Amino acid sequence: MKSLAELQAVKERSVGSLTLREHGATPNPGSSVRLNVLVCGGTGCTSSHSEQIVEKLHEEIKANGLEDEVEVVRTGCFGLCALGPIMIVYPEGAFYSCVTPEDIPEIVAEHFVKGNIVKKHLYQETVQEDGSIKSLNETRFYSKQMRLALRNCGVIDPEKIDEYIARDGYQALGKVLTEMKPDEVIELVLASGLRGRGGAGFPTGLKWKLCAPNQADQKYACCNADEGDPGAFMDRSVLEGDPHSVLEAMAIAGYAIGATQGYVYIRAEYPIAVKRLQIAIDQAREYGLLGKNIFGSGFDFDVDIRLGAGAFVCGEETALMTSIEGKRGEPRVRPPYPALKGLFGKPTVLNNVETYANIPQIILKGADWFKSIGTEKSSGTKVFALGGKITNTGLVEVPMGTTLREVVEDIGGGVPGGHTFKAAQTGGPSGGCIPASLIDTPIDFDHLAAIGSMMGSGGLIVMDETTCMVDIAKFFLEFTVDESCGKCTPCRVGTKRLLEILEKITSGKGTLEDIDRMEELCYYIKENSLCALGQTAPNPVLSTLKHYRDEYIAHVTEHRCPAGACKALTNYSIDPEKCKGCTLCARNCPVGAITGKVREPHVIDTDKCIKCGVCMENCKFGAVVKK
Amino acid sequence: MQKRISHLPFHDTPEQAQKLDAVIESLKGQAGAVMPALHQAQDIYGYLPLEVQKKIAEGLGVSLEEVFGVSTFYSQFSLTPKGRNHISVCLGTACYVKGSDKVLDRLVAKLGIHPEECTEDGEFSLTACRCIGACGLAPVMTVNDEVYGRLVPEDVDKILAQYAAK
Amino acid sequence: MDMVNIKVNGVSYEVPKDSTILEAARYAGIDIPTLCYLKDINQIGACRMCMVEVKGARSLMAACVIGVNDGMEIFTNSPKVQESRKMTLELLLSVHDRKCLTCERSGNCELQTLCNEMGIEEDSRFEGALPAGEKDNTTLYLERNNAKCILCRRCVAACQNQHVSVIGANNRGFDTSIGCAFESGLADVPCVACGQCIVSCPTGALTEKDNTQDVIDAINDPEKTVIVQTAPAVRAALGEEFGLPIGTNVEDKMVAALRRLGFDKVFDTDFGADMTIMEEASEFIHRVQNGGKLPMITSCSPGWVKFCEHYYPDLIDNLSTCKSPQNMEGALIKTWYAQREGIDPKNIVSVSVMPCTAKKFEIKRDDEDAAGLPDVDISLTTRELARLIKKAKLNFNALPDEKFDDAMGISTGAGVIFGATGGVMEAALRTAADVLDGTSHENVEYHEVRGTEGFKEAVYKVGGMDVKVAVVSGLSNADALLQKVRSGEADYQFIEVMCCPGGCVNGGGQPIQSATTRAYVDLKATRAKALYDQDKAMPLRKSHENPVLKQCYEEFLTDGPNGHKAHEILHTSYVKRGV
Repeated sequence: MKSLAELQAVKERSVGSLTLREHGATPNPGSSVRLNVLVCGGTGCTSSHSEQIVEKLHEEIKANGLEDEVEVVRTGCFGLCALGPIMIVYPEGAFYSCVTPEDIPEIVAEHFVKGNIVKKHLYQETVQEDGSIKSLNETRFYSKQMRLALRNCGVIDPEKIDEYIARDGYQALGKVLTEMKPDEVIELVLASGLRGRGGAGFPTGLKWKLCAPNQADQKYACCNADEGDPGAFMDRSVLEGDPHSVLEAMAIAGYAIGATQGYVYIRAEYPIAVKRLQIAIDQAREYGLLGKNIFGSGFDFDVDIRLGAGAFVCGEETALMTSIEGKRGEPRVRPPYPALKGLFGKPTVLNNVETYANIPQIILKGADWFKSIGTEKSSGTKVFALGGKITNTGLVEVPMGTTLREVVEDIGGGVPGGHTFKAAQTGGPSGGCIPASLIDTPIDFDHLAAIGSMMGSGGLIVMDETTCMVDIAKFFLEFTVDESCGKCTPCRVGTKRLLEILEKITSGKGTLEDIDRMEELCYYIKENSLCALGQTAPNPVLSTLKHYRDEYIAHVTEHRCPAGACKALTNYSIDPEKCKGCTLCARNCPVGAITGKVREPHVIDTDKCIKCGVCMENCKFGAVVKK
Repeated sequence: MQKRISHLPFHDTPEQAQKLDAVIESLKGQAGAVMPALHQAQDIYGYLPLEVQKKIAEGLGVSLEEVFGVSTFYSQFSLTPKGRNHISVCLGTACYVKGSDKVLDRLVAKLGIHPEECTEDGEFSLTACRCIGACGLAPVMTVNDEVYGRLVPEDVDKILAQYAAK
Repeated sequence: MDMVNIKVNGVSYEVPKDSTILEAARYAGIDIPTLCYLKDINQIGACRMCMVEVKGARSLMAACVIGVNDGMEIFTNSPKVQESRKMTLELLLSVHDRKCLTCERSGNCELQTLCNEMGIEEDSRFEGALPAGEKDNTTLYLERNNAKCILCRRCVAACQNQHVSVIGANNRGFDTSIGCAFESGLADVPCVACGQCIVSCPTGALTEKDNTQDVIDAINDPEKTVIVQTAPAVRAALGEEFGLPIGTNVEDKMVAALRRLGFDKVFDTDFGADMTIMEEASEFIHRVQNGGKLPMITSCSPGWVKFCEHYYPDLIDNLSTCKSPQNMEGALIKTWYAQREGIDPKNIVSVSVMPCTAKKFEIKRDDEDAAGLPDVDISLTTRELARLIKKAKLNFNALPDEKFDDAMGISTGAGVIFGATGGVMEAALRTAADVLDGTSHENVEYHEVRGTEGFKEAVYKVGGMDVKVAVVSGLSNADALLQKVRSGEADYQFIEVMCCPGGCVNGGGQPIQSATTRAYVDLKATRAKALYDQDKAMPLRKSHENPVLKQCYEEFLTDGPNGHKAHEILHTSYVKRGV
C-alpha cells in the first residue's frame, strides 16, 4: 500500500461484514446476510472435526437455499476447548458446543430456517431460566477474562486480511511509519511496561532500545513461535486466529530497531498455524504491507517462516537463532547478546508471539491505556492454557494480577469429579508448582517468581489430590532430559542424574541422603548451566521440594506414595469378598497377570502385573483395590 | 535421544528424485538451508536415509556429518521409515495426568514394538510425542491424521482393529 | 592497547580490554581450569569447568568466553567456584570409564589432572546410566573410544578447522556422541588422517593406532634387519615426552635411544627429504619447460594428499608425483641400500618415526612399493617412539649423543627444515636457484616463506624467470587456495601445502600438550625454531650438495633426477577418491 488512505478504503469496504458478530447485533440493512455462523478452526476443534461441520453447514445451507443469508466463517480459537467443536451463531449469540456433523441438519432447519435456537445443543450455562440466551461474555468462563492478545481470535476469519483491517488492522503500522520516529516507538513500548510473554518477562521496549543503536548492514526482527511447554498453546492460538497482528507488530519492531527482515520460527507441529501465517504473509505482501516502501514511507520489511523440527531448546533465543542458521539448535553463550550479535551474527530482536500481538493496540491506544491494565510491574493481560484436572480446559486471557483462585475456580470451573485442588503448575518444565495454600496469589511475573514458580509462556496445569508431586517433578525432568541439547555438562549429565535420583525415589528405593544429593545437584545445575533450559530445569524439583517435602520423605522413609500415583509403590489386588468371578478383568489384562475360575474370586500375580490399572477400570464390582 | 537408523534398503522413484533435486536447487546459496531441505526431503520420502542426506550435503555444499548431526538433533526428523499407519501418543502434561502413559503401554503390549519402531510387516509404527495441543481431548493419540481423544486403554484394541482391517 | 581495570580475588589489575576472564586471570597469575577450551580452536563455553564468580552476576560465568569489562570483580577460588568445579568433574567422571591405569593418556590427561588437583574420589557420588561409549577402530591410524569422551568437542572443532568435518556431535542430550554420519567408521568417510583431533583431545578418547608391538616383534626376529628413519620434526618435539622444554632439539639422544632399542640401522628422513628436493625441483623445472600441469603442488604431506584426492579429485594432476621423503627413503632402503649391502629386501623391516598419523595410511597406499614390497612397513608417531623408550626404561636425558648411521644418515639443512611450513619451498628454491642459475648462491634463506602464518606467497627470480610461489599450512588455508586454483584466479607456479597448521612440527603424531600449555606457548613457532637453528648450523644447506645423494644418482639412479629409474622408485600416483 502506498498510503494510509488506501488502508482506510479497505477498512471502510470491509467493516460491514463484521457488524453482525456481536450478541444482539442488528443486521446491516444494505446486506442480505442475516446470520453469521462462526465455527472454531483452532487446532483443538479441528482435531474434533470442525472441518466436517463446516462442510456439512455449507451442504445444508445450500440445500435450504440460504447461501445469501447465512455466512459461515472459520475463526481462530474461542478458548473453551473442553466444549469443542464450538459454533456460535450471531446475532443471537447462540453458543453451540460439542457439535457433531450429525447435529447440523437440525440446527440449520430449526435455527437458520425457522429461527428456533436448538437449545439442547447449546452450552447450557448460556441458557437462562426464562429460556433466553445469555451473552457469552456473561458466562463464568468469559466474564472475568479480558481479551487483548486474543481480541480477534474467534471473531475474524484469520485467512482474510480485510477482516483484520476492518478491526483496525495495520493502522498501528501506518501510524508508526507516517507519524513516529523509531525512538518514539521504542519509548512508547517502554512506557507501556510491556514485558516479554515468552517466560522471562524482560521489558520489550528495553530489548528494542538495546538493539536499535547497533549498526550493521543487516538487522533482524524475529518472532519466537516455538512454543514448546507441554500443555501450552497460547501462541498457536494467536497465530491461528489472528496472524496479521503478529506480522504488523514485527514490522513495527523492524522499523523501531532498523531491521528489514523478519523470521517467524514456528514449531512444525503446528500445521494450521503455519498455513494461516503463510496465507497472512502472502496477503500482506500483496497489499504491500510487507515488502518494499510500505505506505510510501521508504521503509522495507519482509517476513519469512522457518520451521522447527521438534527441539524444545530452540525456544531459547540463541538456540532458536542457531536453528534458523540451519544447524543443531544448541544455545550459544551470552554475552554477546542477540541485540548485538544475533541471527547470522547480526543485531537481532526476538519477541514472542503473544508479546507481538499486544503491540498494535499499544501503539493505537497508548502506553497509559496499557499500563492501566494489570499490576504496577506487570501491565496488560496474560493468556493461559488451562489444562489438567480442571473442568474448563482451554485458553483464557486475564489481566495480570488476577488470582489463581479466580482462574481455577471461576473461569476454569474448578476440579471435576469430586476431587480437590492440590496445586497448579505454571511455567512448564522451567516453572514450579503453586500449592493450594497459595491459591490467592495474584498472577504476575514477580509474584510467581517470589513463590518459586514462573510465568513461563502460560501453561497452567491443575492437579488434584491423586497427583503425586514427586511423580510430577519426575515427569518434567524426563522432559528436560529428553530435550537437553547435550552441549553443557550440568544439563547433559546433571539433569540425567537428577532424574535417576527421582526414579529411585518414586520406585521406593531412595534414601534421605538422596534428597540432599538431589538438592545439591539442583542448585549446581541452576548456577552452572549454559542456557535457560538448564538453569531452570531443576525448578519443578525445587518447588515441589519446597512445598511438598513431606511427600518426598514419605516415598523414602515409608516407601509410600501418598497420592497413590507411583506405580512401583502401589499394588493392585482383588478383594475376594467383592469379586464375583466375572472374568472381565482377566480378559482385559494386557499381560495375563490375572487368573481365576469363572464365578470364583480372581487373583493378581503382582510379579507379572504392570500396574496399568485396566482391571480396576473394568471391574463393575469395585473389587480391584490399589494400595 | 538416540536416533534409530533404518537398515532397510532404500527405494526411490524418479519422481521423488526429481522433487528432491528441485528442492535442493531452490535452496542453493541460501543461508541456513539445511533445515528446510531436511523438512522437504522428509515430506518426499517419509524419512531421511543416507542416500537422501548425501544428496542434500553435496547439493548444499556442507559435510554429510553436518547434515546428519542436524537430522539427529531434532526429534521430528526420522531416519526410519514410518509404518503404513503411524500411531502417535501424546505424553504432554495434560494427557499424561489423564493417563496417556497407560494408552501407550497398551499399544506397546498389543503391537509388540516400542516407540520409534515399526512393526515387521510395515503396518504400524509408534511414537510417543509431546503435546499436540489437543489438551481438551486428553488423553489423545493420533493414527495417521486421525485424532482419537478422551481415550481409555481399552479403546486401543478397537482402534487398532479398525486399521488392521483396512 | 585499550586497557580496563578489574579485580581478581580482591586484587586490582589492568588488563587488555578485549580479554576474556580466562585470559585476564592469567595476567593475575591465575590459571582457571578448562576442558573444552582450546586456544584458537575451540571456544564454546560448554564444559562449565571454568566457571567463576563475578560480583553482581546472577549465576556463575564461563571464564573462557565471557569478556572482561571495566570494574569487573572476579573470584576464581571462592567456595562456590570450588564446589562447582568439583561437581562438574564428578558428573564427567560418572559418564567416563575411569580406566586410568591402562590409559595411554594417564599422566597426560587433562581430566585426570584436574580430578587429582580437586581431590575427586574414584567412586562417583552420581553413578548412573552410561552413554553408549562407541568405539571406532576401523582405520589404520586412529582409534576412538567414546567411553572416555567428555564431549568437549575440541576434536570436532579441530576437524572443522581442517575443513574436513567428518566428525561431529550426533544425537541429542545425554545420548550426544561424537562420531561420523550414519554411525560409519572413520575409514568409510573422507577423513584425511591428519590426527589434529588426537592432539586436541584432553583425554584418552582419541589415540593413534598403536604399532609399537609390531616394532618390538620385528626387532626380536633374528631374521630381520630392522632399519628406522626419523622425520625432521620428531627431533624437535620428542624431548617434550621426557620433560625437556618445548623446542629442544634431541636428535643426538634420539639416535642413541633408537640404537639401544635394537634397530640395526638408524637413518634420517632428512636424507629422503633431500632426495625429494632433487626429484621435485627437477619435476618442477620439467613441467615449466614442457608445459606440464601447473601450479605444481607438493606431495610430501599424506594428509594433504588424501584431502586433495577426496575433495579436489580434479586437481590430482597438479600434485607432484614425488613420493614423500618417508617413502623415498623407504624405497631406497629396500632397493639401493639392500642391493649394496647384499640384504634380501624381504628380510628388511623398514620402520619410520613420524610426527604424523597419516603416514600410517600412506605406507599402505598403492604404488608405494618400489621393491615389490612396501617401502615402509611400520610407521610410528613421535608419541609411540616415546612409549617404546619408556617401555625399555631408557633414561633418555642421560643417553650419550650419537650420530645417524652413514649411508642415509647424511643430510643437509634443506632436509631439516621440511618439518616446518615453508621448509619444502625454501629447500626447493635453494636447489632450483643453483641449478637454473648455474651458480652456487650465497644466500640460502628465503624468509618470505618462513613463519607460522597459514598462507604466505612470494615471487622469486629463478633462472631468469619470475616464479610465483604460495605456501599454505592447515587444510582450511589449502581449501581456500585450491578454490582459487580451481577457478583459475590463482596464478602460482609452485605451491607447498602442509596438512597440519604450522607444518609437521605441529603434526597429529606429535607429543600432546595441554590446553593450558598451548595457551602460553606457540608450539608451531617454538618447535620450528629448533629446526631452523639446526639448519643454520649445518655445513651443507642445499639438498643437491648431499654427498650420499650424489652417490645414489651416480651408482643407482643413473639417468638422473626425474629420470626413468627415479620414476620407478621415487614417484607414485594418485586416485580420485571423492567424498
